[in-house]
Amino acid sequence: MTLGPLLIGIYVFVLAGFVGFEMITKVPPTLHTPLMSGANAISGITIVGAVAAATTGAPTVANILGALAIVTATINVVGGFLVTDRMLRMFGRKKPKALKAEGAGATASATTKGREVVSK
Amino acid sequence: MSQEIIRSTVVPIIYLLSTVLFIFGIKQLAKVKTARRGNTIAAVGMLLAIIGALLELGIVDYRWIVGGMALGTIIGATFAIRVQMTSMPEMVALFNGFGGIASALVATSVYWDLVVQRGATGTVYEALGTDEAITVMLSILIGGITFTGSLVALLKLQGKLRKGQPILLPARHYITFGLLFGSLAFGGIAVAAAAGDSVVWVLALSSVSLILGVLLTIPIGGADMPVVVSLLNSYSGLAASMAGFVIGNPLLIIAGAMVGAAGLILTQIMCVAMNRSLLNVLVGGFGVADGAGGGGSDEYTSVTSCGPEEAAMILENAESVIIIPGYGLAVAQAQHAVRELADLLKERGTKVTYGIHPVAGRMPGHMNVLLAEADVPYEELLEMDVINPEFKNTDVVIILGANDVVNPVATKDPSSPIAGMPILNAHEARSVFVVKRSLSPGYAGIKNELFEYDNTMMIFGDAKKVLQGLIGEVKDL
Repeated sequence: MTLGPLLIGIYVFVLAGFVGFEMITKVPPTLHTPLMSGANAISGITIVGAVAAATTGAPTVANILGALAIVTATINVVGGFLVTDRMLRMFGRKKPKALKAEGAGATASATTKGREVVSK
Repeated sequence: MSQEIIRSTVVPIIYLLSTVLFIFGIKQLAKVKTARRGNTIAAVGMLLAIIGALLELGIVDYRWIVGGMALGTIIGATFAIRVQMTSMPEMVALFNGFGGIASALVATSVYWDLVVQRGATGTVYEALGTDEAITVMLSILIGGITFTGSLVALLKLQGKLRKGQPILLPARHYITFGLLFGSLAFGGIAVAAAAGDSVVWVLALSSVSLILGVLLTIPIGGADMPVVVSLLNSYSGLAASMAGFVIGNPLLIIAGAMVGAAGLILTQIMCVAMNRSLLNVLVGGFGVADGAGGGGSDEYTSVTSCGPEEAAMILENAESVIIIPGYGLAVAQAQHAVRELADLLKERGTKVTYGIHPVAGRMPGHMNVLLAEADVPYEELLEMDVINPEFKNTDVVIILGANDVVNPVATKDPSSPIAGMPILNAHEARSVFVVKRSLSPGYAGIKNELFEYDNTMMIFGDAKKVLQGLIGEVKDL
């Protein structure tokens, strides 16, 4: 049996789909939003294709489309990973937080406090 | 090392490494302890993939690539750093839309280069290869739907577009299916058309896919947006996978397929939590008054309300308190205030836990993220199945801006639009405080009979202001 590139691609596609399926079945609900966000950042992998599409630097339609693809895919990747990290940072600090939070001004408004926490 | 070896050996190894890192990353993202590391690992995988892509190109004109990445980084980072924690769902929707359109742009660019710019003679499938031609069209279709669909979801999450209510066009099912078949037909024609004639069909396909994204999302109510965003997330993975077929890159196929499957599973989990089928969500119109159900009139007759002072007096004697947060908590940015109240109560020896409904807020885990921001200990957040048996032994339940998820009508009236949806049994507690701005209905658009129960008291007002009032009163006890 010899497989053409399309069939190999389909094999890979189906098997990777099962991998994704298996990984997600056991996730605590707490992590659903960060997980969705992280997975979303990974879908920015299309940036690899975008890079290949904007190679000549000449202002042709194909290159302009490729450059636009790079910009949008980069927004997806950079924004996606950063936002996921911001969410997860909050789960991470469990032990030292009790002390810190006690000290923080209790009457500070939620918004300013939120920014403080984030910028730490 | 010659470019030949780099392309044939080094780059594929880098891509494989990147794939492995994505798998490890997602696996670790699924556990609380390792989640942050998992995200970093996935990000490193992405960095490797980009390095691989640049190595594969060899020496080319990098100006556009570098410029595009710099611009994208600035925009993406600005959004990500500036956004409020309460607006996370909107951010995910926005980034997702950009991912979708990127895949569609990649496919269009490949098509334009190989078919139009090189002046190919013969048909499109001869110029691109049959598989590539088909997947180009699929990338454009799925990517386009993801883009406009995500933007509509973003607006709905922000409460724009008729305050997130479903928008139902007459004969919308016919229009949608007509356009869907039309887009498949345009794509098919474009594949088979002569190179010179194909542009108009590709443009038709692009326009229809953008319109489809809007039409598929507007009939769905704001409350169902999490499901939609999750599904669109799945689509953007699929679009990336299709782009992988177009450029013959297994990394894109694998990563895209994994995200596609993951998004689909998450969508399913959310639908189960609302006791609805995916089809039911997607057909839309949920929450539009159709006069069919709801049981009784929508008018409230015997509602008791009280102020923070009275509530504080009841809290004074409570041994156990369960807090049920909902979207109102996010809107009011009250996550820090709620923790402060919980801390005060705990100092007085009261047991405080939080009951988290799977679809509270606008995303699964939305409430967990918000409360984590305010440093609420993870162990205090209890899921529905765990907390439901506790309510009958609980003195006080405080409901903060949640509505449909505590409506007992779901378990009683089979004709109700939310019949069968699992709810938090808040009504079983001895006293229930509902903190809400008004008696307006939740997303399901129906009356909540809990508000009329004898053990329920309404505290009208913005969640944060009410909580601050309560904190003041409890301090004075």
